Amino acid sequence: MSKKVQAIYLWWHKPVIDQELLQSLPNLKVIANSGVRMDHLDLKLVASFGVKMANAPRAVSSSTADTGMALLLASARRLVEGYHIAISSRMEYCEADFLGVEVTGATLGIIGMGRIGYKIALRAKAFEMNILYHNRTRRKEQEEQAVGAAYCEKMDGLLQQADFVMVVVSLTPQTHKLIGKRELELMKPTATLINISRGAVIDQEALVTALQSGVIRAAALDVTYPEPLPRDHALLKLKNVVITPHLGIKTHKATYMITEEAVENILAALNDLPIPSEVLPS
Amino acid sequence: MWYHKPVINEELLQSLPNLKIVANSGVGIDHLDLKLLSSYGVKLSNTPFIVSTDTADMGMALMLASSRRLVEGYQMAVSPDTEYFPADWLGDELSGATLGIVGMGTIGYKVAERAKAFEMKILYHNRNQRNKDEERAVGAIYCKKIDDLLQRSDFVLLSVNLTPQTHKLIGKRELELMKPTATLINISRGLVVDQDALVEALQNKVIKAAALDVTYPEPLPRDHPLLKLKNVIITPHIGSATKKTRRLMMENMIESIQAGLTGLPIPNEVL
Repeated sequence: MSKKVQAIYLWWHKPVIDQELLQSLPNLKVIANSGVRMDHLDLKLVASFGVKMANAPRAVSSSTADTGMALLLASARRLVEGYHIAISSRMEYCEADFLGVEVTGATLGIIGMGRIGYKIALRAKAFEMNILYHNRTRRKEQEEQAVGAAYCEKMDGLLQQADFVMVVVSLTPQTHKLIGKRELELMKPTATLINISRGAVIDQEALVTALQSGVIRAAALDVTYPEPLPRDHALLKLKNVVITPHLGIKTHKATYMITEEAVENILAALNDLPIPSEVLPS
Repeated sequence: MWYHKPVINEELLQSLPNLKIVANSGVGIDHLDLKLLSSYGVKLSNTPFIVSTDTADMGMALMLASSRRLVEGYQMAVSPDTEYFPADWLGDELSGATLGIVGMGTIGYKVAERAKAFEMKILYHNRNQRNKDEERAVGAIYCKKIDDLLQRSDFVLLSVNLTPQTHKLIGKRELELMKPTATLINISRGLVVDQDALVEALQNKVIKAAALDVTYPEPLPRDHPLLKLKNVIITPHIGSATKKTRRLMMENMIESIQAGLTGLPIPNEVL
């Protein structure tokens, strides 16, 4: 059986691709990943077996951008808290005290302006948000102008000015714990942190402290480390945190499109044609 | 006047002979008897435009939360019983879906502006058609008949005023015209929807889900079926509940009151 396997479609990090597996599948030609992030794969190891790799970048950007906006809005307007009040068995609450923060006209700082970050900027612009961004490389002027985004060469500047900080980077050794105590303290005390990239991009302990002591107003996390968090984790108990179970691309449409992209990649690899979304070890 | 209090009735008006003006917070005035106020020579003002962007934002928040199952997801993420996140737990995509806006006033139009950025197709139904430039700016297509909008939309958003004509605008018939995969979002007034018909429609999967910032009454009685349905998100009428907007509302109301007391023209007077 193992000699027949020529392609693996990796769904949600399974199966685990390690030395043992690669050795047991001598005719494996390609691993197609669902989604865009490849941080769970040892790219050099896979390449050393002569196996090609591909991801599915086109299908994920809109759904993930939508997730980012959903979290931003839910946190700003205290939607989850509001829901619990609306359905709770206790009738009394003080309407006048229940206030959120404005989204329209607020400043959004996007850290990581790739495909997904850019789609977020497009959406945020429609909410008349003032957009700042930080990226390894600056985008073209027309792209910046199309969304009214101002480049922040230093992330610090973005952190100090933003009402909402949205983290949309890949997880690499450079972005590991990108947002720590120092970065959180640079943020406004009225600011909200939104993470739709990878849990390990944020120093979670530092985040808990920052949220508990009012260093920042709130956080909305679609990703954590690990997933799910241990059931006694401090983040699960904080009122000013919304956590979602890695919604990212979990829609029927995105799932379908990702699978289509993966199949395209697999067929190309098996027919020795150029692979549309090949990922090379850097 | 905040949150419909105090109740303005004949008794109150008779007991306040020197009352010159009632300044209402928010834009809705369906809870007030305009003829009664006018018969006592009392003027009325509201705060119409300040609430628009917050309310439009709330409409988008509800639409996103509902389609992506955000509240359910949150509960899964924090539940003590959760061991892993199932791979087949999916929501529905907002991008590229069809949004039908019922009531394309200031708020409805701002929702359209926002939805356009999510690559949504926009249909709208309104007493009057908007002009071509306005339609083109948001890519909105006019549906003269509401039925047309209901049949074609994945999301139906209500942003009308409550008037005798819009009372129970969405009833059993309208819900049955909607797609079984559609979601109803209400950011106008609870009475625009026939709530009993809505409960039935949700229970029998005539429509997929509902997200309501407004109900009738507010809050609902604690044993109301809407509170128990899994495919319903309810929020406690927080459409304009942000610090900045509330402060602006107060400023507006004070302006109106001061004008009313000094006999000057009243900003945001309701006639």
